[in-house]
Amino acid sequence: MTGGPTLRRVLVGIGILVGVWLVVPTLVVVPISFSGEDSFAFPPSSWGLEHYATFFTESSWLTSLLVSLQIALIVTVVATLLGTAAALALDRTSFRGRGALDGLFMAPLIIPGIVVAVALYAAFLGWGLIGTPLGFVVAHTVLALPFVVVNVAAALQNVDPVLGRAAAGLGASGWATFRQVTLPIIRPGVLAGALFAFVTSFDEVVVSLFVQSPQLQTLPVRMFTSVTNEVDPTIAAASTVVLVVSTALLGLVALTRRKSTP
Amino acid sequence: MTDRAGATIRAEALTKRFPGASAPAVDAVDLHVAAGEFMTLLGPSGSGKTTTLNMIAGFEEVTSGRILLDDDDIARLPAHRRNLGMVFQSYALFPHMTAAQNVAFPLRQRKVGKAETARRVAEALELVHLGGHGDRLPSQLSGGQQQRVALARAVVFSPRALLLDEPLGALDKKLRESLQLEISRLHSELGITFVFVTHDQEEALALSDRIAVFRDGRIEQVGTPTELYETPASRFVATFLGDSNVFTGTVHGGLLDTGSAQLHCDGPDGPGCLVVRPERLRIGAAPADGANRLSATVSDVVYQGAFRRILVRFDDGSTGLVRDAGDAATTTRGDRVEVSWPAAAGVLVPETAAERVGAGVGSGSGVGVGAGVGVGA
Repeated sequence: MTGGPTLRRVLVGIGILVGVWLVVPTLVVVPISFSGEDSFAFPPSSWGLEHYATFFTESSWLTSLLVSLQIALIVTVVATLLGTAAALALDRTSFRGRGALDGLFMAPLIIPGIVVAVALYAAFLGWGLIGTPLGFVVAHTVLALPFVVVNVAAALQNVDPVLGRAAAGLGASGWATFRQVTLPIIRPGVLAGALFAFVTSFDEVVVSLFVQSPQLQTLPVRMFTSVTNEVDPTIAAASTVVLVVSTALLGLVALTRRKSTP
Repeated sequence: MTDRAGATIRAEALTKRFPGASAPAVDAVDLHVAAGEFMTLLGPSGSGKTTTLNMIAGFEEVTSGRILLDDDDIARLPAHRRNLGMVFQSYALFPHMTAAQNVAFPLRQRKVGKAETARRVAEALELVHLGGHGDRLPSQLSGGQQQRVALARAVVFSPRALLLDEPLGALDKKLRESLQLEISRLHSELGITFVFVTHDQEEALALSDRIAVFRDGRIEQVGTPTELYETPASRFVATFLGDSNVFTGTVHGGLLDTGSAQLHCDGPDGPGCLVVRPERLRIGAAPADGANRLSATVSDVVYQGAFRRILVRFDDGSTGLVRDAGDAATTTRGDRVEVSWPAAAGVLVPETAAERVGAGVGSGSGVGVGAGVGVGA
């Protein structure tokens, strides 16, 4: 940083303001979730845990939370396996059109979510995947894959290619080299990718709205229908749950990053 | 820790052609490494020495030819089944494993039992004087220590040959010398075959039983350090290993005609190069008969402690280098001198067309060549 101490103080001030601006709207929902009243009034005039009680007892909320967790877990496993394999394949080979393939893996990040949603909807209608757990898993995996590929590819950059030769020279087969050398080194990247995949699935709304049916709703979908159809402050409790889960997982990512770069 | 002797390694018409390259990187190389021998592959970068080693190790596919380890052709065996130790310039230690875990790695692949592994790892670390460092991570070790761990890891499974790819290249001069001794000691203690790649001629001369000099994908000459230094087979070998004065001309009846002088030499008639090492040249009054004598002007004197490097310009304009141990202590720049050497000190090598650049000083790498010395080839 260059410039005088005044300039620096001004910049720090702006930084803090922007940070607050980003976080405050989200944090408004937290006090509301602890409101003792049956309304969205802010600030609440009384406090209580009724909304959480409703959230964790009423079957429509609880079911959607469990559905979300199950789908997110399956998506995490599938996307991490596929994404790690893809990143390894991209890392070890070079061929014409490799750059294009790299771009293709990033496509779900760039293409507008609503376009992906409509496209998946059209395809899933034909295949009968609308309203099925498989439909959610496939759709969310598409969205989660780029995060795994990016994280694992970045981790692979830190693996010296000569280590593979060294391992082979010492008697390790390709699989043994992967298990004992490559995987331990890229583990933080794989872990980060997996957490991102979980959060991506757990938070996803747009595509899920197209894949859902009244019988099978993820938590964000249930929240969306709640806002549009009723006035129920339970959604504040639901939002806080989603907020805590996502923040905790992404905080875990930051923690593994710090550990892997001493 | 060796119950078997080293293996012989024989490359037969070994060839490597990279797709898209006009010339093969390794061109029908024949090389015979005896059991327990320390063989160095020496050459400039791009000469094919590393590619040859990589083919022996199994890291590079063989285009054609055979690689015999004792009597088995291993040319098509995957690297992990060749059972050869390998040491890399960049150490290639596994960063997430401790020194001891690194050394245990090859034993783990071979399903050696726990107690046996612990015993052999301790023994191997002791062998490279790193007994107390087993629990350190590579990042907590110095470069020299890391390379010693890599050496221990490469020999812990008792391979019958050890391949070393410029193992000292990443170390500074002092460490390089101490690790040279270490490698030399390992070789005599283990009794296994070493194949050592380097571009450093000093290192090659110091360590090797024999040296194979590579050039443009072929072996130019194989021999003991003494043979290569005293009787180089080509101008390239003469200038790559150590410093040489090279006089080019045509031989007729034991005399080399350089165009401006007649020099005594021993060899067949025809075009040739006379190679004379700088330490064989004398400055001052010529001694006995049969000696060659040229007059020259001293262009520089470089004091090196035990000796001086005296750069001279002969009267025909070519340059020469004299390594003087004290006889010409009073010689200074600009002096007119007589440079002489006994005819037997010169070696006549065939001249190849590409090398016809006239007389001059060729210099090998490493010996701190003074400014103004032209490189021969």
